[in-house]
Amino acid sequence: MKACEIIGLEKSFGGNHVLRGVDMHLNAGEVVVLMGANGAGKSTLVKVLCGFHFNDAGAMRLDGADYRPKDAADAISHGVVTVHQSIDDGVIPDLDVATNLMLNRLTEAGAGLLVHDGALRRAAQQVADNMGLSMDVRTRVADLSVADRQMISIARAMAYEPKVLILDEPTSSLSASEADRLFTLVDRLRAQGVAILYISHRMSDIRRIADRIVCMRDGEISGHFDQSPLDYDGAVTAMLGHAMTDVNIDVQRNGQPILEIHQLVISGGSKAVSFNAKDGEVIAITGLLGSGKSVLADIIFGLQSPKSGQMRINGQVYAPSSAAQAVKAGVFMSSKDRSTNAVIPDFDIANNMTLPFLRQFSCATVLSNRRQRKAARDMIGRLDIVCQSNGDGIGTLSGGNQQKVMIGRWLLEKCRVLLLDEPFQGVDIGARRDIGAHIRETAKGRATLVFVAELDEALEIADRIIVMNEGEIAGQTENQDVDMETLIAQVSGAFIPQKQVDI
Amino acid sequence: MKREAILTFAIRFGFLILLFGMVIYFSASANGFASPRSAAFILQSVAITGILALGVTCTLVVDGFDLSIGSVATSALMLSAYAMVILELSAVSAVLLCLLMGATVGLINGLLIVKFKVPDLLATLGMMFLLIGLQRIPTQGNSIAAGMKLTDGSTAEGTFSAAFLWLGRHRFDLFVEKLVPMPVVIFLLTAVVIWVFLELTRHGRLMYAIGSNERAAALVGANVNRYKIAAYMISGTTASIGGILLAARLGRGDIASGNNLLLDSVAAALIGFAVLGAARANAFGTAIGALFVGILLQGLTMMNAPYYTQDFVKGAVLVIALVFTFYLSAKSRAGGK
Repeated sequence: MKACEIIGLEKSFGGNHVLRGVDMHLNAGEVVVLMGANGAGKSTLVKVLCGFHFNDAGAMRLDGADYRPKDAADAISHGVVTVHQSIDDGVIPDLDVATNLMLNRLTEAGAGLLVHDGALRRAAQQVADNMGLSMDVRTRVADLSVADRQMISIARAMAYEPKVLILDEPTSSLSASEADRLFTLVDRLRAQGVAILYISHRMSDIRRIADRIVCMRDGEISGHFDQSPLDYDGAVTAMLGHAMTDVNIDVQRNGQPILEIHQLVISGGSKAVSFNAKDGEVIAITGLLGSGKSVLADIIFGLQSPKSGQMRINGQVYAPSSAAQAVKAGVFMSSKDRSTNAVIPDFDIANNMTLPFLRQFSCATVLSNRRQRKAARDMIGRLDIVCQSNGDGIGTLSGGNQQKVMIGRWLLEKCRVLLLDEPFQGVDIGARRDIGAHIRETAKGRATLVFVAELDEALEIADRIIVMNEGEIAGQTENQDVDMETLIAQVSGAFIPQKQVDI
Repeated sequence: MKREAILTFAIRFGFLILLFGMVIYFSASANGFASPRSAAFILQSVAITGILALGVTCTLVVDGFDLSIGSVATSALMLSAYAMVILELSAVSAVLLCLLMGATVGLINGLLIVKFKVPDLLATLGMMFLLIGLQRIPTQGNSIAAGMKLTDGSTAEGTFSAAFLWLGRHRFDLFVEKLVPMPVVIFLLTAVVIWVFLELTRHGRLMYAIGSNERAAALVGANVNRYKIAAYMISGTTASIGGILLAARLGRGDIASGNNLLLDSVAAALIGFAVLGAARANAFGTAIGALFVGILLQGLTMMNAPYYTQDFVKGAVLVIALVFTFYLSAKSRAGGK
């Protein structure tokens, strides 16, 4: 049964034709994965569906009836509910779980003046049980983990009893085990007969959850896969317009050590971490959320201090106590979560890019606009950033291009150690290849550490892969004929190394 | 496309065109508006609030706010009078003392906000209260004037020195004899210095970055705390300059003067958001914002509008400017997505 039907949908912004006649449908009790590169029009399609934008042409139907939402509230009242990518849009962090789950009860017409906490909690408990959530409903949402908050925003969406549920990259900030819980929840909703539109870049999500795959490219549907088994390679090809090629890594192993990590204890009770990063080498450090890889990145960049141990750069003791000191010592880091940690929303591309090195672009503290622009223009060319000019506001770029700007920022100057924390977050495969290729090309003269949760990404970029688990190194391997089973076992903590090997 | 272009044009130049139109209208309908004397008068009337507004602009740039500027200015006014009349210090030391006081208050504000994590509005509100009270203590709540009776029965021997009064009262010749008052010159100089600092130096650029995304600025190695404290110190110092000029103009330490300084200068800085469609604090906009209010009030006064309508007019201008900034500019930005 078609729960939702989209016919010939078109939408333009100014001269920019974003949706060029999209036809698709969602069936009740089915998960449709929508794939598309950044800028393919996925977000616009979602925004039209949830009443944020109006379509210029075409029609939408819900259960056969015309559907044209006036605004977001109208869409919800029709049973089209969206869980947006940014989790904190979906929850109120300062209130407890019960109030968050029952929020729509408080706003609906005819709600009493006084809040009856006991009844509220009982009702919330019921919703939580239905969704398989186990936390105490009196906990403040701000104290929950990211995954729990994501679950609550979905549970809240479910309180509206949606016919159509749209999940926009729900796993982008979850670890694999947390994502598993989310999938269980999605399975449950599917069984309840909800039509689910699931937007994701992650192949592992798609393999796990998809009943059907729809690919978008340049504002049109470029591929539709519903034959079991689903043709994943075909889907990627349809999304990108060219086949996924295997990246051949020419392993670099003969550089001089630049960064030496010696007996570094990351968290209390875990074994010390030791390894060297060599000149020209790209090391991927992988592991689940909470495995200590982010903490390690923070320690090397001076944002946290280790429990004990030592770091050396070119033989000199290196113990930064702030980001400023790290940058001074030639250690650069592109942080994860670019919108909170990296993007300056008020600035244009050139100013965002040159921000760390304003001193080099100024003479007696007066900035040289011309030199900033020139450097930005060069980097835009090198990284293939899609934009009108370097004076474009950063917010006008798609996610992948924003990320390229954030990484380009740290490639402007030579450094000793480059740390990239989740450089491919929310980035499509095309942009990911561009970034990866550029990092490998420029790797000479520095040691590069890439912190990624996805093994695919690690295999694509690294000379060596270090797996972390609970603050310790669970294993490391050169990126050549990698035994995937061992690697996955190391990530999940099932693999116990006989002997810690230092390379 | 055409409508968008018109909207963009209106957002960028709307306020300047309005200003220009206002000048033409008043010149045509109010006798004597279009004269050098009247222009100098307008500038003089906005000079002190303008200087304070430039300081508060710096705190707005780092996404802060300084409510204490008004009371810093009146404290500087009382301090300079106290220093010269009662302590019998020279003009130079009185001025230095006031500047030091302003910078110190800024430093304390900054430390309260950065180190003790007090929200900016509350920290500077507290400081405002504290200063309003503090400035009354040395004189038991009395104003300070040359020859005043002291509590021990003696008479104050000091006076406002001529050099000090010169700061507030001297007029430079420009085409017309004795036209441009000293405070106007200082206002324009401050405006240029703050503009250069915010727009052209890397420190200014980093302050804007901090205001837009503090975490991101910290992660590229900017010393966020130091820049924030610096912003409050600039704000305190400019406020004390305003207070010094006010004292030099009045020639006495009047306890009741400077009541409107805070609101007027904050309004000027916020009106500045709308100038050239910047949608953020900027020195040029602040200066234009101050002038805008000055011209409007002068014109209305010359057309016999009663004095008690002034605050209403200022408020109305502010509300319109804020709509300009937050509704129209935000709309035109969202359109690109």
